[in-house]
Amino acid sequence: MKQWIKRVGPWTIVGLFAAGIIFWGGFNWSFELTNTEPFCISCHEMQENVFKEYQHTVHYTNRSGVRATCPDCHVPKEWGPKIVRKIRASNELWHKFVGSVETPEKFQAKRLALAEHEWARMKANDSQECRNCHKFEYMDFSEQGRRAVRTHSSAFDEGKTCIECHKGIAHQLPPIYQEIGAPRAVAAR
Amino acid sequence: MRLLLALVLSLTFTLSFSQEEAVRPIRGKVPIPDTNPSDTYRMERHDRTIRRAHKWQPPIIPHHIRGYQITKNVNTCMTCHSKKAAPESGATPVGKSHYLDREGKEHPNISTRRYFCLQCHVPQFDAEPLVGNTYTP
Repeated sequence: MKQWIKRVGPWTIVGLFAAGIIFWGGFNWSFELTNTEPFCISCHEMQENVFKEYQHTVHYTNRSGVRATCPDCHVPKEWGPKIVRKIRASNELWHKFVGSVETPEKFQAKRLALAEHEWARMKANDSQECRNCHKFEYMDFSEQGRRAVRTHSSAFDEGKTCIECHKGIAHQLPPIYQEIGAPRAVAAR
Repeated sequence: MRLLLALVLSLTFTLSFSQEEAVRPIRGKVPIPDTNPSDTYRMERHDRTIRRAHKWQPPIIPHHIRGYQITKNVNTCMTCHSKKAAPESGATPVGKSHYLDREGKEHPNISTRRYFCLQCHVPQFDAEPLVGNTYTP
């Protein structure tokens, strides 16, 4: 037996290894607990606004019964980007604490800024969360509608990413200026 | 007097009875506060455009519109059908009439009274008309 093993004792090594498993397992378990829909909607800000809107959309209910829950779209699957996202989410805890969006009115007022953050994030990572399920390479254009075939084939050639067109697919959109009626005060274009 | 009362009663009874026979609504015998179960119609998704039956008919929407928002914030139809977006998207641009206000004055932007597209335009369903129609323009 090697000298250093004799010095610390084999049982210490086994114990440390087991402690590592328990520590890492516990960390990962509690970490993944924050990646669940019940956790997301445990805040009334999410439950009352975005979750209610999402319940009417195809990602919540559809013919094949597949559902994409909050973290499927809003938290990256890969470990590194996931940790980065989670650290940034501590800012959301702070805003929960100060009550930035505690009423539907406050939420509506901040919807544009919130949406633009999420659009920017998804554009930056090439809509990775969409592509976890919707891979362009796996799409059968013959199964798609004629509008989808036309826009998908040209958009992908132009190097566009999902979120550039598919905004507001799971939540209500913020004010957008569309040349209808009088100009809007605050609006995305 | 008693005879007259009996006569009136029997007459109203027969009248109401015969009326019930005559009126056969499409909804059947389901009372007004209840809702008839609907047949499962499918929205036609694409590929076939039903042409206008007459000049003034608002065109029918030849694609599905699930999840398209027409809210205070946004009208998602206009993402493709506005005059500016139509050439790129390949969609039919909104008609000239949509730029007129109720006084007939033309505006650079679409009139707000045309905001709710589904008031006039409806998606195609594979449903047969419930009532026959002999209208010719």
